[in-house]
Amino acid sequence: MSERRAVYSDPEKCTGCKICELVCSGEKEGVFNPLLSRIRTIRLNTIVNTSLACRLCDDPTCVNSCPRKALSQDETTGVISVDADKCSGCGWCIEACEFGAIALPSDRKHVIICDLCGGEPRCVDLCPQGALSLKNAEETSQNMRKKAVSNLLKAD
Amino acid sequence: MYGYTGKVLHVDLSKGESSVEEVDEAYCRKYIGGNGLGTRLLYDHAPAGVDPLSPENPLIFAVGPLAGTTAPTSGKYIVHTKSPLTGFLGEAVSSGYWGQALKQAGYDAIVIKGKSEKPVYLFIDDRKIQIRDAKHLWGTDALEVLDLIRDEIGDDNVSSASIGPGGENLVRYANITNDRHRQAGRTGVGCVMGSKNLKAVAVRGTGSVKVADMEGTLEHCKELYDLCQGPLTGAYRSLGTQVSVMIHQNQAALPTRNWQESVFEFAEKIGGEYIHPRWVVKTIACAGCPIGCDHVSLVQEDPEGEVLASVEFESIYALGSNCGIGHFPDVNKAVDLCDRMGIDTISAGVTLGWAMESYEKGLLTKEDTDGLDLKFGNSEALLEAIEMIAYQRGKLGKLLAMGTKAAAEQLGGDSWKWAMHNKGLEYPGYDLRGLKMSCLGFNTSNRGGCHLRNSAYDWDLKGKVDRFTASEEYGALVMARDDHYSITDSLILCKFSRGVLDTYEKFAKIYNLVTGFDVTAEELRQAGERIWNLEKAFNVREGWTVKDDYPAYRIMNDPITAGVAAGHLVTEEEFKMMHKAYFRERGWAENGVPTKNKLRELGLHYIADEIGVEDE
Repeated sequence: MSERRAVYSDPEKCTGCKICELVCSGEKEGVFNPLLSRIRTIRLNTIVNTSLACRLCDDPTCVNSCPRKALSQDETTGVISVDADKCSGCGWCIEACEFGAIALPSDRKHVIICDLCGGEPRCVDLCPQGALSLKNAEETSQNMRKKAVSNLLKAD
Repeated sequence: MYGYTGKVLHVDLSKGESSVEEVDEAYCRKYIGGNGLGTRLLYDHAPAGVDPLSPENPLIFAVGPLAGTTAPTSGKYIVHTKSPLTGFLGEAVSSGYWGQALKQAGYDAIVIKGKSEKPVYLFIDDRKIQIRDAKHLWGTDALEVLDLIRDEIGDDNVSSASIGPGGENLVRYANITNDRHRQAGRTGVGCVMGSKNLKAVAVRGTGSVKVADMEGTLEHCKELYDLCQGPLTGAYRSLGTQVSVMIHQNQAALPTRNWQESVFEFAEKIGGEYIHPRWVVKTIACAGCPIGCDHVSLVQEDPEGEVLASVEFESIYALGSNCGIGHFPDVNKAVDLCDRMGIDTISAGVTLGWAMESYEKGLLTKEDTDGLDLKFGNSEALLEAIEMIAYQRGKLGKLLAMGTKAAAEQLGGDSWKWAMHNKGLEYPGYDLRGLKMSCLGFNTSNRGGCHLRNSAYDWDLKGKVDRFTASEEYGALVMARDDHYSITDSLILCKFSRGVLDTYEKFAKIYNLVTGFDVTAEELRQAGERIWNLEKAFNVREGWTVKDDYPAYRIMNDPITAGVAAGHLVTEEEFKMMHKAYFRERGWAENGVPTKNKLRELGLHYIADEIGVEDE
């Protein structure tokens, strides 16, 4: 788990522009439509902004919950694959995911999940604020340590 | 078509009916979208001489071909109507998420006519159009109603554009609010919405926006985003427009106490450098914007509870220096109150500044103000007066709800001499007496006193021209900027992308990637000129004459009193000289009316027959 890199969003840098949603749908579906995006932006009360995509959990609740075994996880990358033939669009995995990282677009009967664009996510590449990055657990905690120290000591 | 949906939704609130009109590629190419499309629809759907508050006056919402794509700053929309504040072209741009939602719902524009018998809101649910009861929403403020509608429909993807009490009560400069902090602010578009008993236009768009070259668009956007994160937009990202307070102050261009002064002794305390470390808590962006200029402030030290507001430069000028208020928490609160009431901060602040001067000069008495001590710097009186305006409460509320021009006409005496507007639209925060190219640019604006039709101030303030010298050369410079911005407002892009998307070639590149067209830079330039002439034609049809462009009395008669611009003003002769040069550049007649030949050259044939004059 610790070596796997997921798309990580920094709420301090995220402005809520939703460009990642457009980029993702453009890359994966060939059209612009946030509802077809594997990453979604949330804005709460103006000042809380961040984006969420698959966290590549170990022993993932979505895979475990699927009654048709339509979801499977790559052991190395942690990416969850959806077998479109097996998936019935029941949405059980959507409820099981603790991050809201799974979507079921109204125009199809199978769910969609971030696949990291084969290791180079387009959303990370285009995020204008540098709020998105591909990080593993250690990189994320190092980032948090730096922020914590910076805040505590009021230093940059 | 790509980029465009090719559909215009028509809604008749009197009949409770709607229909969809198809528009073709040639039409889209000719009017581009946004401003061009909205102005064309306004010209065609507003009967000549229409009363702005009658059911026949259309209220038009339009998006551009780039809305809903990754094109930088493209998530915008524009509203057109005949303005109840100016009697001429009403036009206001907003941003946020609403424009993207409308495009996804499948429309390039909505034309709303008629008047509902009772309060309603319009719900555009993709192709399903509902006119819903809004009795329970009438009276709610312009921010809370957005959440109420979203919760009522039960979908976070619903975005609404709504009016507050100001629009309901027909304040002439009421605005339209969407996504909490974004407004179609100017020329009273919300007043027209209120006159139709229309509380909000809620949109749920689930469709996809198709572009001709997806990979090309993404790649090009990546380049543009990098530029948007560079020095060309640095000020917007670091301090936002609040940085302008001290820039204007140092140039003696910060109108203070209703333009009696141009330097404000408390400017520093309401400037970006001071505000940021104390109150700014977050920077946010609109849909598709790689810049992010909205530096949201949270003031926690208010006894009535914390106040979160989006405060930009124009609001700080209008409700701050122009009203003599030098304490930021007071400005923050006044902005939040105007936003909740759904009234334009610029027009509200300038009208209040006019009232304060009238009060201090004895033309307005305590009897007229319901006992309010309306002197400059009294923030309590300012807040009270904003509410009185929004609800048209008392003599003062009713007077000031008309806007500066009409209020001065009613009050009489010399008060017109300090009414700071052009064509009835209150001026933004640039002291035009020492910014002479701006003086031409702001006053020839088709929507009245405005800085956003050409940003001529960029030339004056950055020293690209001699700001203190009136020159015939400004005619060509202003015209070039007008036409350029007509395209910016039609695609629709944000003015803050102007350093990045600064040529017609660059406009053409992104426009062609999205639409698959093969337009040239020259074709776009001509479209810009066409759109500007179309706006002007609308104004001429509604009674515009050359004097409507003249600057306010104070600009031509009361020189700047202190600072680096002390002693400067723009004389009537200077303005007339620049004005004539501008008409010549535009190929218009000496009386400022477009000629038949010019209009025909731009493909506006039947308008040429209706309002064009013969060449001299």
